[in-house]
Amino acid sequence: MRSFTYARADSAADAVGRAGASGTAFVAGGTNLLDLMKADVARPGGLIDISRLPLDRIEETAGGGLRLGALARNADTAYDERVQTRYPMLSKAILAGASAQLRNMATNGGNLLQRTRCYYFYDTATPCNKREPGSGCGAIGGVNRIHAILGASDQCIAVHPSDLCVALAALDAVVQVRGPDGERSIPFAEFHRLPGDRPEIDTTLRPGDLVTSIDLPAKGFAEHSTYLKIRDRASYAFALVSVAAGLELDGGTVRDARLALGGVAHKPWRDPEAEAALIGKPAAPDSFRAAARVLLRDAKGHEHNSFKIELAERAIVRALSEAADRKGASHP
Amino acid sequence: MAPLKASPRPAVVPPPAPIPVTLTVNGVERTLHLAPWTTLLDALRLHLELTGTKKGCDHGQCGACTVLVDGRRINACLTLAAMQDGRKVTTIEGLTTGDSLHPLQDAFIEHDAFQCGYCTPGQICSAAGLIAEGKATTDDEIRELMSGNLCRCGAYPNIVAAIRQAMTIAGPKAEGAP
Repeated sequence: MRSFTYARADSAADAVGRAGASGTAFVAGGTNLLDLMKADVARPGGLIDISRLPLDRIEETAGGGLRLGALARNADTAYDERVQTRYPMLSKAILAGASAQLRNMATNGGNLLQRTRCYYFYDTATPCNKREPGSGCGAIGGVNRIHAILGASDQCIAVHPSDLCVALAALDAVVQVRGPDGERSIPFAEFHRLPGDRPEIDTTLRPGDLVTSIDLPAKGFAEHSTYLKIRDRASYAFALVSVAAGLELDGGTVRDARLALGGVAHKPWRDPEAEAALIGKPAAPDSFRAAARVLLRDAKGHEHNSFKIELAERAIVRALSEAADRKGASHP
Repeated sequence: MAPLKASPRPAVVPPPAPIPVTLTVNGVERTLHLAPWTTLLDALRLHLELTGTKKGCDHGQCGACTVLVDGRRINACLTLAAMQDGRKVTTIEGLTTGDSLHPLQDAFIEHDAFQCGYCTPGQICSAAGLIAEGKATTDDEIRELMSGNLCRCGAYPNIVAAIRQAMTIAGPKAEGAP
């Protein structure tokens, strides 16, 4: 790692104040940032340790939802009884990611801010517009098996690696932020961005912003939901395609539906038209396949990842079928 | 050929002052003065000479560096020692009680749960964390919740058998375990 200074923030206001200095970064769990610093991809001149701020609680909200502290550990969130009971797809998504050790370290806020695992982003010997704006994209025309099929640009085809975020997108979570100009709420769909011609920017956070919590609305689709993750090995691997699915059923008819995909785009992918295509339809594979085709209508493969388009369609049908058939399970 | 020119010397920036870090390691309080970028793993191995904890990938992918901090298993390579100031750290050296091995160590020997042994301290510390967490009851759950520890010798079946055996013994919990 390159040389850097280290300071511990003693309050959220202190953290935001210290973040004014350029080249500083917050560190909480450290599992992604320190790895990127070792790889010389992230080069902060100063770390502000926010891990001891009192933002690690999971609390009820006035609206009947749950507020997940930004510094609550991924493991503590996944195993929280309220999360398991009311938001089983979220618990399942967290436990599908990383390893037990990493989940004990990684925080919810940090999970949102983790960077892509694109191999070109990590390899400083190759061009990457996300790491080094303007240098080019190694993945376009390179090895791109793990890359995006939706929402990519001619600058970047990286995907967001999180499992947690896919479930948060499906659940319509809201990210609470404290910044130099005060506090604000960011709907989850607006938190991550598509690469466009600024692939170096992953989120809509502004300099100095500190994520303080992630709020879940009351509706958790606990009766009919699941998180399905398809990957190259059975555990401890990033998703090729993942699906967070939630259904509200009226007998055999879909009354409400949520569908978010991971591993396919620069952000968790939701498509209101695909969800609308499910409403009022029988909860059956034909309706699920039709919705999948709506969601994937603009999907575009590259040399090594075109398989993801059919894989995503099948994963959507399977996830929605599982969600319809049985109560969402919260175990991994 | 143009004569070689001396390249300008880079500006010398004085390194940040060492940070005092106090850790209770295997029950003994230790204070170190460390550069900010010292990982917990390097603090244990290089500064405290506790080389039982291994450096495998140094990127959180192999689990060889697993230790328990306040009773919870973490990758010591992906945290700074300064971030763990004031906490209790248990390494493989701290699992024994006097001359008695930890039940997991006995079980690993009994089941021949290693070949080269390099991943073993991490496997055992991780298994101690797994037992303390209490989430695994079946072999499949042991496999899933041990997936952060790689064994390139492929001793996995014996590792699972050893952990299953240790889980059934009400052995002493790791220092600081919840």
